[in-house]
Amino acid sequence: MSVIIDTGCANLTSLKFALERMSKDVQVSDDPDTINSAERVFLPGVGSAQYAMGILEQKGLIQTIQGLQQPVLGICLGMQLLTSFSTEGDVACLNCIPAEVGSLQSLDRRLPHMGWNTINGHQNHPLFRGIPENDYFYFVHSYGVEISAETIAICEYGKPFSAAIAYKNFMGVQFHPERSGKSGAKILKNFLELKI
Amino acid sequence: MLARRIIPCLDVRDGKVVKGVRFRDHKIVGDIVPLAEYYSQAGADELVFYDITASSDGRSVDRSWIERVARVIDIPFCVAGGISTLETAGEVLEMGADKISINSPALNDPGLIFELNERFGQQCVVVGIDSYQDQETGEYMVYKYTGDVERTQQTEWKTFDWINAVQQQGAGEIVLNCMNQDGVRKGYDTMQLSMARLNCSIPLIASGGAGSIEHFKQVFQTSEVDGALAASVFHSREIEIRDLKRYLAESGVEVRL
Repeated sequence: MSVIIDTGCANLTSLKFALERMSKDVQVSDDPDTINSAERVFLPGVGSAQYAMGILEQKGLIQTIQGLQQPVLGICLGMQLLTSFSTEGDVACLNCIPAEVGSLQSLDRRLPHMGWNTINGHQNHPLFRGIPENDYFYFVHSYGVEISAETIAICEYGKPFSAAIAYKNFMGVQFHPERSGKSGAKILKNFLELKI
Repeated sequence: MLARRIIPCLDVRDGKVVKGVRFRDHKIVGDIVPLAEYYSQAGADELVFYDITASSDGRSVDRSWIERVARVIDIPFCVAGGISTLETAGEVLEMGADKISINSPALNDPGLIFELNERFGQQCVVVGIDSYQDQETGEYMVYKYTGDVERTQQTEWKTFDWINAVQQQGAGEIVLNCMNQDGVRKGYDTMQLSMARLNCSIPLIASGGAGSIEHFKQVFQTSEVDGALAASVFHSREIEIRDLKRYLAESGVEVRL
């Protein structure tokens, strides 16, 4: 069974429906035992890092998430929460992936970065198995992770940034696979099948 | 490269998709869920559902269909109509909508944009603007309650001032509907949209006037909009989205094929 951590954020439902379309057994939960016993864990999220970290703290889920050994996939803000720090509200995050979140602000680009953009450089990670170079995914964000050792896919908007990051069992995608058509569904399927 | 978005708009009344010309004489186009499914598979980048009667009736949108749409489609969608409180917005997003679009309620209380941004994040706060060019003065003015021709009224806002104001409040995207063009299929108002673009540092979506594939090319190349919204040309199948996108790609407009 897979569990979607109930972050109280808005994209929970679309993720749940996307997994149900693939007829996957999925449960939305904020109960530590349920989360711990899940085969795979999703951490969705939209909105501000500060607000979402507040929710996780309030629900007593920070240590639970940090201690997870099974595959974990953070989506959009969920990916950002897996890093150590976000400049959006200068908030300490879960520190599951050694990376930091900063503003995407650049001189010639409008924010939020919203819409379908191409990704590349992802051929070596099983999460992206079967996804061609320059395939399109749906992004909506104003903050992101710079390119680093943990980057497993690259997107470019004004400058290159991490479309996805991974460290040990923790993975994160900046885009919304649940809203990225067939390519997005492929990512979810890869995550559900990958072995670590 | 970030692709320009093609966005079919489904005007909803009493659970059916309708299309009116200049907001009058709404004709039924079809059921919501099969149409949503059709467009998501036909290459649409995003969908907008707009309950055209909601705000002007003083009631809120019938939301049972949102969840049914969210279950079947795998592209983003936005819901507009009658969303005037944080609670309603929260319910709509919880049912699976990716964005909410507000129009008349934002004009009645601009602070609502700020509150929605604070609670749900900038990414899901779209502000729809109905703009009409006064034929005598040439001035672009914002209208509200445009879903009901009897109650439609001009506000005190000049369009470009309002575009600035909603950005200051924290809107994540603007859909600018040029009412003079709406439903008459003579092309987008590229003059107005280009002027709006200069004032707009968030995503800007063109609405009103699409009649041919050339119109889409014009608006992307002339007005630098992020997306183009249209209804009747798609509902009538006069323009197939895949053909449109192939044409745009050949014309040098970045699209998701």
